[in-house]
Amino acid sequence: MSAPTGNGLPLLQVRDLATHFTTRAGVGKAVDGVSFDVHAGEIIGLVGESGSGKSVTGYSILGLIDPPGRIDAGSVRLDGQELIGLSRSKLRALRGKRIAMVFQDPMSTLNPVLKVSRQMALALQAHGSPSPDEIRRRSLEALAKVGIPDPERRLASYPHELSGGMRQRVAIAIAFLNNPDLVICDEPTTALDVSIQAQILVEMKTLVREAGVSLIWISHDLATVSVLAKRLLVMYAGRLIEEGLTADVLRRPRHPYTQGLIDSLPSRAEPGRDLVQIPGSAPSLFALPAGCAFQARCTHATAICDTAPDQTRDGTRTWRCHNPLGPLADRRAGTTA
Amino acid sequence: MLAFILQRLMQAFVVMMVISALVFTGVYAVGNPIDVLISPDVTQQIREQTIKAYGFDQPLWRQYLTFLQRLAVGDFGRSFVYNMPVLSLILSRLPATLEITLAAVLGATLIGIPLGMYAGYAPDSFLSKVIMVVSVLGFSVPTFWIGLLLIFTFAVNLGVLPAGGRGETVSIWGVEWSFLTLNGLTHMFLPSLNLALFKLSLMIRLSRAGTREIMLTDTVRFARAAGESEATILGRHILRLIAIPLVTVFGLEFGSTLAFAVVTETIFSWPGVGKLIIDSISTLDRPVMVAYLMLVALLFIVINLTVDIAYVALDPRLRARKTT
Amino acid sequence: MSVPVSAPGPVTRSPFRMFLGEFMESRVSVAAVIVLVAIILLAVAAPLITPQNPYDLASLVLSDARRPPGYVGAKGFTHWLGTDAQGRDLYSAILYGLQISLQIGLMAGAIAFSLGAGLGTLAGFVGGRLETLIMRIIDLQLSFPAILLALVLAALLGQGKWQLIAALVTAQYAYFARTAHGAATAERSKDYVEAALSTPLSLGRVAFRHVLPNCLPPLIVVATVQIANSIALEATLSFLGLGMPVSEPSLGMLIANGFQYMLSGRYWISIYPGVALIALIVVINLVGDQIRDQLNPRLKR
Repeated sequence: MSAPTGNGLPLLQVRDLATHFTTRAGVGKAVDGVSFDVHAGEIIGLVGESGSGKSVTGYSILGLIDPPGRIDAGSVRLDGQELIGLSRSKLRALRGKRIAMVFQDPMSTLNPVLKVSRQMALALQAHGSPSPDEIRRRSLEALAKVGIPDPERRLASYPHELSGGMRQRVAIAIAFLNNPDLVICDEPTTALDVSIQAQILVEMKTLVREAGVSLIWISHDLATVSVLAKRLLVMYAGRLIEEGLTADVLRRPRHPYTQGLIDSLPSRAEPGRDLVQIPGSAPSLFALPAGCAFQARCTHATAICDTAPDQTRDGTRTWRCHNPLGPLADRRAGTTA
Repeated sequence: MLAFILQRLMQAFVVMMVISALVFTGVYAVGNPIDVLISPDVTQQIREQTIKAYGFDQPLWRQYLTFLQRLAVGDFGRSFVYNMPVLSLILSRLPATLEITLAAVLGATLIGIPLGMYAGYAPDSFLSKVIMVVSVLGFSVPTFWIGLLLIFTFAVNLGVLPAGGRGETVSIWGVEWSFLTLNGLTHMFLPSLNLALFKLSLMIRLSRAGTREIMLTDTVRFARAAGESEATILGRHILRLIAIPLVTVFGLEFGSTLAFAVVTETIFSWPGVGKLIIDSISTLDRPVMVAYLMLVALLFIVINLTVDIAYVALDPRLRARKTT
Repeated sequence: MSVPVSAPGPVTRSPFRMFLGEFMESRVSVAAVIVLVAIILLAVAAPLITPQNPYDLASLVLSDARRPPGYVGAKGFTHWLGTDAQGRDLYSAILYGLQISLQIGLMAGAIAFSLGAGLGTLAGFVGGRLETLIMRIIDLQLSFPAILLALVLAALLGQGKWQLIAALVTAQYAYFARTAHGAATAERSKDYVEAALSTPLSLGRVAFRHVLPNCLPPLIVVATVQIANSIALEATLSFLGLGMPVSEPSLGMLIANGFQYMLSGRYWISIYPGVALIALIVVINLVGDQIRDQLNPRLKR
């Protein structure tokens, strides 16, 4: 159970985060000045296409960036404590204990040659010296919590003996083992069957609510994210371009890209007609244009878009656009189902 | 699992038969075996008698069958040069070879794997670069040259270690072992070191390559995200994962080390099986050649089988497939 | 409504140039290549830059034997690296020896490559019983240490350059075959092969013109290892007396000849040829290492 922060500060504060990759092909600005907050017990969704920098943002929070990547600027505060620049041992003490992470492909995140019990034990032993009995008890508890039937048998299994959905549940169980305050999930259901996806989404919602943890759900799939998240953050080309309550963003998107994302959802498609696509493709992170990154594909672009837009704020809503969608979008929202 | 082992044993038997045929034909068909046994200036009569006695007048396939028959009762024939049963000849020299081979293999593994893992873990550190350069040298420099260098440095220049020979031995169960005496150990040191260097380099390079690859995987990232210490990651995750390819190479290289003992034993005048084969090749002592080659083949087959079993034991993913 | 314009991407270079660029970044590798080229040039130019032909027994002066470096011989030129037991100028002998090592190493490597890769690709591509038969033989051979194989063959075939090459090829083609087989099997199940086979192209053409080029990276990796191995193996065989004839000594034989003099202080007879041999093998391995690292897809970040 995470204790509510007594001083009213958000649990996580990210300010102007910049993570760059320096390679032979140039400097890739994977995350280029991203700022947001996560409050205790809140579920936020981080949405964007591949290459938008959403996963790198997640890794940056935990300090899991390997060279040639590096966090070049910005601040990440957990309960007021600055994480960037923290010593290795202090960072390690936080990982798994206060912030945990679940990755996309459980087949590659779980060690194929170690039993599930062993992997859970290692995660528990990373933050304390529990007795073997306690390890077993807590492991079984965690497995039961994520909805794994017959946890004893699963505990003694190897990862390849479990189904994809089961494996991901194990990974989620490991993440929740040490009762973290914040869990970051990077595309956790993308590699799974659609039916399993739905199950896990529902289970996550319950799990998060019962444990009172905060969740950052990273995905490219707007549909799944909107089921879970209370707040939505949209990223494009390394920048945060829109933010707000989920319902708000979906009904009244301000950024043309967000509108494009919503329009291209299969559920929005009209039967018999072509699926809507956003024309063109995202710019390379090694050669970001000087102005708005979306300009080349935007139907609303004007001359002013040659300069990078600042963030506009309106209550809980923010967006980064010189020509945001306004009353026109509101009207359209009123007529769609 | 049992069916798997039986199948492999059957295959091994077939392979041994094929090898025995190949080896026998190769060795006996080239040149004239009789020339080794008798001097060229004996009378024609004695010559023909000896040929008959040894069965060299028979067609090759008949000789081979006779050979197989004798083999079935464990008789490898008699050495042309030493005039004693080949099997006991080989067995008497085996302990010496085993000593340096085992010492070399153990040393190379116990030192090589940690060094290689470190080099893979921190590839840009100065120590890593030193380790890699040294491993390239150990890997590319031919064994005989290193042996020479070792003798040159330690025996000739520094004079601290003997330049050859076996030294004192202690007899256990009728077998002579030299590692139990200090004098024996000083004699053992250089040849073992010589043999070990190649394998050491190999172990370092493989451990390094494996560690580097695994360090970039999600498994390590996930473990880090859970807060596991670097020591845990190296010792529990990476070591287990690289053990699989390492064991394979370890097994195969054991046989190769045994083969390289040939060169080392020649340089250091170490009275092992390797020196025996070199001598028997230059004197064309055919029964010894055939027996040695077949025993080496057998050894390799046994090693391969052991490695295969170890592979299945180490990688749980293979167990499911093997038992179906 | 504005027309969407695609943003310009970064300048792309051909894969080969990127490969070369990455290669140039490693100072060790560049240094190794320079040394390698220097050695090759020296070896090729040997007849032109040496004062003596070490294979010409008539040109050897026996009274000049076992002389230390710097000695001025009877013929009037300085033996910069000394002389060996037969009176050969070591400098000349080393260069000629390098020539032989390179010749044999490259020839054996090239033949083993062609034979092995061809066989392996054929087996992997054709499949069925032919594949099983070929691969069984290859596996059999691979389970046997190359040095023993080469040893026995060299002993049976006798001394001489081509016998040596034959022994080396027999010992090494199996590595190429197995790698080619693995790569061909992986490629065989890919879509482009099926597409190619559905055209009127013959099986052989598809195998060698389409599949083989895609199998090249792992084969190149094996080749770099095997060339260095060939040279080392040849030296070892010669050292043991089974390689080149005494009149045409390769580096291994020079080293062997000098072995007995080492204990009496006349180290140069073994050491200098040894240094030359090591230099050659080490630089080939260093270059090979770099190529290998660059071609390994699993190390790409």
